[in-house]
Amino acid sequence: MNTKGETSSGGAKDGALDSSSAAKKNSKKPKYSRFTQQELPACKPILTPGWVMTTFIAVGIIFIPIGFASLFASERVVEIVDRYDEDCVPPNYSYNKLAFIQSSATNKTCTKRLTVPKQMKSPIYIYYQLDNFYQNHRRYVKSRSDKQLRSRASEDETSDCKPEAVTKNNSAIVPCGLIAWSLFNDTYGFSVKNKVLEVSKKDIAWKSDQEHKFGSDVYPKNFQSGSLIGGAKLNASIPLSEQEDLIVWMRTAALPTFRKLYGKIETDLEANDEITVVIQNNYNTYSFGGKKRLVLSTTSWIGGKNDFLGVAYLTIGGLCLFMAISFILLYVIKPRPLGDPSYLSWNRGNVTESF
Amino acid sequence: MPEGRRRGIHFSKLYSFACCRPKFEENHAQIGKRGYSRVVYCNDPKKHEEGQFKYSGNDVFTTKYTVYNFVPKALFEQFRRVANIYFLVVACVSFSPLAAYTAVSVLAPLLVVIGATMAKEGVEDWRRRKQDIKANNRKVKVYGGNHTFHETKWKKLRVGELVKVCKDEYFPTDLILLSSSYEDGICYVETMNLDGETNLKLKHSLEVTSHLCDEKSFQHFSAVIKCEDPNENLFSFVGTLYYDGKEYPLSLKNMLLRGSKLKNTEYIYGVVVFTGHDTKVMKNATDPPSKRSKIEKKMDKIIYLLFSGLILIAFVGSVFFGIETKKDTSGGRYRRWYLRPDNTTVFFDPKRALLSAFLHFLTALMLYGYLIPISLYVSIEIVKVLQSIFINQDQDMYYEEADRPAQARTSNLNEELGQVDTILSDKTGTLTCNSMEFVKCSIAGTAYGQGTTEVERALARRRGDAPPEASDVSSDVQGHDGDAVDSRKSIKGFNFRDERIMNGQWVNEPHSDIIQKFFRVLAICHTAVPEVNKGTGEISYEAESPDEAAFVIAAREIGFEFRERTQTIILLCELDYKTRKKVCRKYELLQVLEFSSSRKRMSVIVRNVENQLLLLCKGADSAMFGRLSKDGRLFESQTKKHIKKYAEAGLRIMVIAYRELGEEEYKSWEEEFQKAKTSVSADRDILVSALADKIERDLILLGATAIEDKLQKGVPECIEKLAQAGIKIWVLTGDKMETAVNIGYACSLLRQGMKQIVITLDSPDIDALEKQGDKDAIAQASFESIKKQISEGMHLIENESTNSAEESVEFGLIIDGKSLDHSLKEDLEKSFFNLAIICSSVICCRASPKQKALVTRLVKSETGKTTLSIGDGANDVGMLQEADIGVGISGVEGMQAVMASDFSIAQFRFLERLLLVHGHWCYRRISMMICYFFYKNIAFGFTLFWFEAYASFSGQPAYNDWYMSFFNVFFTSLPVIALGVFDQDVSARLCVKYPYLYIEGVQNLLFSWPRILGWMFNGVISSVIIFFFTTKSMINQAFRRDGQVVDFEVLGVTMYTCVVWAVNCQMALSINYFTWIQHLFIWGSIAFWYMFLVIYGSLPPNLSTTAYRVFTEACASSSLYWLVTLFVVVCSLLPFFSYRAFQTRFKPMYHDLIQIKKL
Repeated sequence: MNTKGETSSGGAKDGALDSSSAAKKNSKKPKYSRFTQQELPACKPILTPGWVMTTFIAVGIIFIPIGFASLFASERVVEIVDRYDEDCVPPNYSYNKLAFIQSSATNKTCTKRLTVPKQMKSPIYIYYQLDNFYQNHRRYVKSRSDKQLRSRASEDETSDCKPEAVTKNNSAIVPCGLIAWSLFNDTYGFSVKNKVLEVSKKDIAWKSDQEHKFGSDVYPKNFQSGSLIGGAKLNASIPLSEQEDLIVWMRTAALPTFRKLYGKIETDLEANDEITVVIQNNYNTYSFGGKKRLVLSTTSWIGGKNDFLGVAYLTIGGLCLFMAISFILLYVIKPRPLGDPSYLSWNRGNVTESF
Repeated sequence: MPEGRRRGIHFSKLYSFACCRPKFEENHAQIGKRGYSRVVYCNDPKKHEEGQFKYSGNDVFTTKYTVYNFVPKALFEQFRRVANIYFLVVACVSFSPLAAYTAVSVLAPLLVVIGATMAKEGVEDWRRRKQDIKANNRKVKVYGGNHTFHETKWKKLRVGELVKVCKDEYFPTDLILLSSSYEDGICYVETMNLDGETNLKLKHSLEVTSHLCDEKSFQHFSAVIKCEDPNENLFSFVGTLYYDGKEYPLSLKNMLLRGSKLKNTEYIYGVVVFTGHDTKVMKNATDPPSKRSKIEKKMDKIIYLLFSGLILIAFVGSVFFGIETKKDTSGGRYRRWYLRPDNTTVFFDPKRALLSAFLHFLTALMLYGYLIPISLYVSIEIVKVLQSIFINQDQDMYYEEADRPAQARTSNLNEELGQVDTILSDKTGTLTCNSMEFVKCSIAGTAYGQGTTEVERALARRRGDAPPEASDVSSDVQGHDGDAVDSRKSIKGFNFRDERIMNGQWVNEPHSDIIQKFFRVLAICHTAVPEVNKGTGEISYEAESPDEAAFVIAAREIGFEFRERTQTIILLCELDYKTRKKVCRKYELLQVLEFSSSRKRMSVIVRNVENQLLLLCKGADSAMFGRLSKDGRLFESQTKKHIKKYAEAGLRIMVIAYRELGEEEYKSWEEEFQKAKTSVSADRDILVSALADKIERDLILLGATAIEDKLQKGVPECIEKLAQAGIKIWVLTGDKMETAVNIGYACSLLRQGMKQIVITLDSPDIDALEKQGDKDAIAQASFESIKKQISEGMHLIENESTNSAEESVEFGLIIDGKSLDHSLKEDLEKSFFNLAIICSSVICCRASPKQKALVTRLVKSETGKTTLSIGDGANDVGMLQEADIGVGISGVEGMQAVMASDFSIAQFRFLERLLLVHGHWCYRRISMMICYFFYKNIAFGFTLFWFEAYASFSGQPAYNDWYMSFFNVFFTSLPVIALGVFDQDVSARLCVKYPYLYIEGVQNLLFSWPRILGWMFNGVISSVIIFFFTTKSMINQAFRRDGQVVDFEVLGVTMYTCVVWAVNCQMALSINYFTWIQHLFIWGSIAFWYMFLVIYGSLPPNLSTTAYRVFTEACASSSLYWLVTLFVVVCSLLPFFSYRAFQTRFKPMYHDLIQIKKL
């Protein structure tokens, strides 16, 4: 590089001029320190057969119990999943579901019966699961105004929210943006043996969202007042921080298939109980072919029902043990004495090429 | 004046051949014209300021930047790199709605990276500036207004001023010499910094100014110099001095150049003609050719590969995005109604899907920009600077005697040191010490001197007299060195031991008169100047060449002490062999017939106390034997025999002879000679040498001297190690073939059992042709002869290889300069080269500097592999600059080679450590580092891509902006720098013990395409494991006991955690050397990620945005989060770990073997 060139030509010349006068008095001998001589104490891990086997076996031994533990935890979770987007369309509309869902005249109420397979201890979490819904689409994710949600003073900060930013007469929509506009609006009512099950909608959102991201002085305004209605409407007298459905919805999902918390049932359900669910099937997933499911689930320390993790842990653990065994076998079948001098000769022509 | 002017020595006469009256040459006619327009008013510098002759000051700047242009210029330098431009464009675009993430988060890492590089530039430049300031502020005496000399700073000197420079001071500018402490206005200068020659040069003042010798005389001094404009030619100067109404020509002889030093002269007065950047040395300070290492060149290719990969995946994404967007509307129905495709922007418009797709392509180019490691260049630069500090600091490459550590003069080529395939070495001063020692002589047919030279010992070994074990050799050599030290105080230049003539015993020898004459010749026939140390009274000699100094010292040690030289007299203190007392004898010096390479001899004509006229002559054997008289050949056959033996022992030979001259004969000759010397005709030199030839006849042979140029310590061992490391060594030397071959044996370049192939033009046919003088015929014959010799060589090799398939026979090629000339011509180049690369050692003797450079270029271009040149003299500069790496030996022959080199070491044997240890380490570190860099960025970048696939390629990044922008700068940068600076696969000791390890670099095994692609593939695998396993195990169901599900943020944090863990643990797996630094950096980076999460997450939500309390509220309390991290990280490391486990076990590389062996 040029830089270096100039350093050397300029520097060395002057260096040479200096050397004769400055030399002799102070020696240029590099000072000794283990650091500068690159002799710092170090551990030098080497992949000896012993280490390899130990590592494989250790991974196996750690992974297999974890796998079993999470499998058991997952087994304890009782989960009821019911897809209702097809069933809740009357047969005469089954070839034109879109017309059904978009019409305001049709009766969207739909009743489904679910059987509890095992005893479900409270709290039982109610989720709705959507499919093929790109909450992670860049246009969608960006279409919100955090400032507006946070405080009433920045109500007019709606620049990111287009086309759901302002009404026709230019007053700001609160909450603005596509996310809020497309708020999920199916509702569920549960009853067991004709007894209504209370659905608690409290504490389904993140605490921090409620306290710091959604203002307690911000009230819905001009919401869903345009010509196109997206999803649910909001009660304009409740501040956003209390609108937990909205808060849950606005915490966007990572992948196009997602569940969101709808509420909690605080009573235990016994095995073989039949739950009657009255669904208001309002939300349009038909235009993009998304499925809708209702999920009732208990949790354990691992969360919801999650067999994958347990199985994965077991598989990898098993694989490691297998590797350890095959390594030992190969070691026995094809032993190579350590430090065989013949391998160290420089006459050996081929050096392995690998990474 | 305090110092009296030294009277006496009119050296101008002594240097008879050089002495000619300055005469106007053609060039002087140019004065005043274009290119020769400089006008200097001596002693009147103010005049320059008034008139049109405004000259720059004497302050010198070698800095690249000034305070004002630093920012723009350094920025410009930065953005000459493709990658940086890309990032700049990305940063600019990030202000537009195209951006996938916020502009600040893109700008910040770019600023950090650019800032770091600029800071480095700034610091380097600051150092240069400090040196400049130091040079500019040096003091010099200048003639001032009050007619005295007062001290001033160098930088204040102006053109036309008069300065006084004292002994051992450097000249501050280019000066015209006016007068000196010598009466005849001569002075000596040392020009080591300019041309690398150590001998002193003589400068003359004009006779008209040589009387100006004190302050008073300058009071009325006024003159004008008109001369050439500043230029870079060090070897010419044309000017005219107008003084007292007359014109006097000025030439280089009158000029003192900045950068040279006043020697042997008390003081001089001079007038400033060129200042500062106009001086010849500054005009010469051009940048040496910039060199880039092969790895860096390859890295560029990888960057381009990554760019194509980036464009490819961006394109794929855009296609899918376009299709998805297009589908959003069909026949008035909107598919993904929640995106409002009816009322959208151009970026997501289904009606203009093609345009949207194109714009998305631009977004994607930014989004996947993490594939290109932004910090790669700056990290590599930091690492290389630190590496070169380690090289500079290495105590094992420090040479105690000369107080010189090794020096990496450029940090660009560190890793190239680990890939050297061929070493091209100079001999004198590089393999040998370049300190000539008088070891043997043959006087009157008797050989004196008992020591054995290293070459002799090597030859003895070759004949099998001594056990050929390498260990014995080294102990033998050391033992010998020990002897020399023990026996007596060693005298530099003298290593002669023989009781028969030492300590005055020579008087008892049969031919004592001849011995006396012999040493008298040595003591008189030279141009050295004695210098008496005032304190101790010891005499040291300033000689033109170390050979000459060795002669004078030898004569002194035997008892013929050269005491004093004046203009006409040489004073010798010698032992009278009759009275056995020390007497001083004066010899009147009449003529000196100088040494020249064509004459190959020098003579002096003296008159001794007995009034005899003697011509004393010494010269090369080829030049001398033909000049002996019939009676003078008494000892010829004996001497020739000895000479042959000495040549075989690798010694340099001089033949010593003399003759007595008759008065008449001398007188007539002298007349002619004076006439010839003062003649103005063009063939003056020819006339002079013809006359010299005339008198140097009918000589009487006295004997011959043998001088050893000792091998440097440890050279044979070093060469043996380098040969074991698979490095081919070529020696390019100016020496004779016999000497070169013998040195070759001495330094185990040629080994026992090696077959020699000799290519030479010393055959009778060619000699015969040369006598006829037909140039075309000679060329033709030479060409044919060499062609034949080359093909014979090839046949020999083929035969050998077919005959002995089992044992590999090594070959050594020896070629002389003339043959080399023909071999380097186009027709033979290929076949010569093919022959040369099969041979494990090649020796080119009688090679000129130009040939050295040519051979270097040939080797470099034909093999395409890395070449390293090593040399110490100005004649090696071409070779050093031509080679991929130039290593300068900072030895006796000045700084020229060092200044042209990339690395400088004090001794040849340090090359072993420089290459095998530092080279190997640096190569390994840099290649590992680059591979790892690509791995980590691919592992990270591809998770973004996989996420895109699940976000309909809309361009939404999976992570918070700041997570991403900190990835390269904070979470992964330090461990990779630690890898680049500290990692050692095996210790220094083992690197040297198993030189074969070096092959990894020569064959480029650690930076081969399979390995690079393997690492990249590993990165892709890691990203797949991280993305799919994380999503699969976390998505949909609740991830905590309180029923919360994983949202966009939690998934991002989990994946990012896995990435940070995976790449850092991958680093921990790949390195072989854990000091506390590595531990701190690796685990510290991971810890820093968590700290960052906590701190950033606890900032108010308007700053932390989506990252607000993600870790503290959601992740930390979820056991699933931790389980997934553990699982994913272990999984992503397993492929590499298993691969390494099986590879080290069943297909180990060489360093693996050594590591295991040394466990």
